[in-house]
Amino acid sequence: MTETERIEAAAERIAALGASAPVSGRDPVNQAMVNNWTEALGDDNPVYTDHDFAESSVHGGLVAPPAMAQVWTMRGLHGTRADDDPLGAMMAVLDEEGFTSVVATNSTQTYHRYLRPGEHVAASTRLEDVTGPKRTALGEGWFVTTRTTWSAGAEVVAEMTFRVLKFRPSARAAAPEGARIIDAPEYADGVLRPVISRDTEFFWQGTKVGELRIQRWGETLRHPPGPVDPGGDLDAKPDYVVARGTGKVYSYVVHHHPKVPGKRLPFVVALVELDEGVRVLGELIDADPADVHIGLPVQAVFLRVDDELTLPAWEVAT
Amino acid sequence: MNLSGAAAIAGIGATEFSKDSGRSELRLASEAVHAALTDAGLAPSDVDGLVTFTMDGNAEIAVARELGIGDLRFFSRVHYGGGAAAATVQQAAMAVATGTADVVVAYRAFNERSGQRFGQVSSAAAQQVNTSGVDNSFTYPMGIATPAATVAMLARRYLHDYGASSEDFGRIAVIDRKHAATNPNAWFHGKPITLDDHQASRWIAEPLRLLDCCQESDGGVALVIVSADRARELPHPPAVVRAAAQGSGPDQYVMTSYYRHDLAALPEMNVVGRQLWQQAGIAPSDVDVAVLYDHFTPYVLLQLEELGFCRRGEAKDFIADGRLELDGSLPLNPHGGQLGEAYIHGMNGIAEAVRQLRGTAANQIPDAHTVLVTAGTGVPTSGLILTSS
Repeated sequence: MTETERIEAAAERIAALGASAPVSGRDPVNQAMVNNWTEALGDDNPVYTDHDFAESSVHGGLVAPPAMAQVWTMRGLHGTRADDDPLGAMMAVLDEEGFTSVVATNSTQTYHRYLRPGEHVAASTRLEDVTGPKRTALGEGWFVTTRTTWSAGAEVVAEMTFRVLKFRPSARAAAPEGARIIDAPEYADGVLRPVISRDTEFFWQGTKVGELRIQRWGETLRHPPGPVDPGGDLDAKPDYVVARGTGKVYSYVVHHHPKVPGKRLPFVVALVELDEGVRVLGELIDADPADVHIGLPVQAVFLRVDDELTLPAWEVAT
Repeated sequence: MNLSGAAAIAGIGATEFSKDSGRSELRLASEAVHAALTDAGLAPSDVDGLVTFTMDGNAEIAVARELGIGDLRFFSRVHYGGGAAAATVQQAAMAVATGTADVVVAYRAFNERSGQRFGQVSSAAAQQVNTSGVDNSFTYPMGIATPAATVAMLARRYLHDYGASSEDFGRIAVIDRKHAATNPNAWFHGKPITLDDHQASRWIAEPLRLLDCCQESDGGVALVIVSADRARELPHPPAVVRAAAQGSGPDQYVMTSYYRHDLAALPEMNVVGRQLWQQAGIAPSDVDVAVLYDHFTPYVLLQLEELGFCRRGEAKDFIADGRLELDGSLPLNPHGGQLGEAYIHGMNGIAEAVRQLRGTAANQIPDAHTVLVTAGTGVPTSGLILTSS
């Protein structure tokens, strides 16, 4: 079986087990924890803390903030996951396959009613969905979604879907170490300077400091960059990731004729597929054209033409 | 309203094709338009519409002034280099079909060899302050700065993906030059080449050799478009515009659509082809003559695939056994194409299609009733199906 097939099979097996056995909270819903929680979050609604006020409210007495649902069943500092916890089981599968890093991406909670001090709450979780592998800005990974249900006795009081990304860590988030910036003043004589727009300015700012910056819309990388989210969300705003700068030649040209301003003939230009999954074009320097081939591993270098312009380029990976 | 069959090309005209015309581009345009009108049996005063390429240096009003064309009711330009060629006829056909104009002339004229040569690096293309200039900022400064280089990037991937070879590209050049050799109007009249000549020609942008690249030419071509009914009253048999279409694909760039999943493809030509077959109600096997845009040989192979003559990657096999020869089942560019006759941005190919339908071509294909013509490749493009009735 391939890695993807193994992960999908494990996900199916874990999902088929259904919901875990309910795990009861360590303490019942209690005023001390409510006082600490509302103070820490700056929630000064007296219906949670002022007995007399709560008595006169629509609740007719003190209630706990609904958003504390998860608090009541937290395991504490030394607690361990239950053996039948599906999230733990799925994480172990992905750890085994090398997706060792984790980041929580989003959670959605639904509250069915307020809890009151003294009530006992138990939580049960099932595996809802495992999707992947996905190329993300953090690295390749799988999205794991679980659904947790909190109950007081037989009555469901709150629910939550919770999604994490389990990914193969990459060094990309950090500024590239030892990015090679090469002084290349010989290019200045006639090099065709890029027309830079507001949408592409960050890219050229990046090359000046040895960063190959790739535009990011949510989890989608896009190059060449543009002003609108590929998903069509006009409210979305892009940021960028700094590519590791490693990739493989997807196609290339050995240019012999005619003369190109700022270049010495012949020269190689490579369309490179970055490890992050997008293609970027650049001159492949210091390579014998006879040694260049599709699939050749390359790494980014930066040709500093002058104060205004640094060109992205490639060299054969070491 | 259906455009199919509504309009026809009733006149064709051209200057000589040379490397140094010795006169201005406006003079070339005027001569070509005048010749096309004479061919159609019409006078400049009959013209009420003019169409050309965005890239053409001759404004419609300048041409109108020179020829004494009075009032113009319709004038239009089509963008994207040679991709405009067939679309100028589409614009004209739409104009006459809707009654917007009655007599529209489409023209293209330039001193592309003695003046600004497209094969050289265009700093103006790199430095235009618009979205195309921004697009080019990711290619020109890195060294992809000539048409041949832009095509070479796709061609390299095509060779890799489908196991084709430089010889397969060369076979297109050999056919075009063979056809040009017997066309007195062709620059390479009497000068056929062999596959060995192709293989021995120098690299321009590997994997493209000199003989994979079309000529640079001086000259002009013009076409007169009127309603099909009116065309039937004019001196020559009409070349009916049975289908006319433009096409642009997803993630489209001008010559550098390098970020699509499949690099070795021309989906914009697929968009054109699907429309042409649907409008004309015919299939690729119904085509008698194919005039395929041939600025660079690899794109002729890709067009055969995108237009449905064969499957993806199979063009090298499709062109074997003489299929594209004058006596083959799909004669290609009987005039010699832009590799052999002249590079007039695709417009000379449309004129050849008209001659084939009239039965007056230098290399006449017997019983040519249905001719396919395509425009520039690697750019948003266009195509036509012209028929004799």
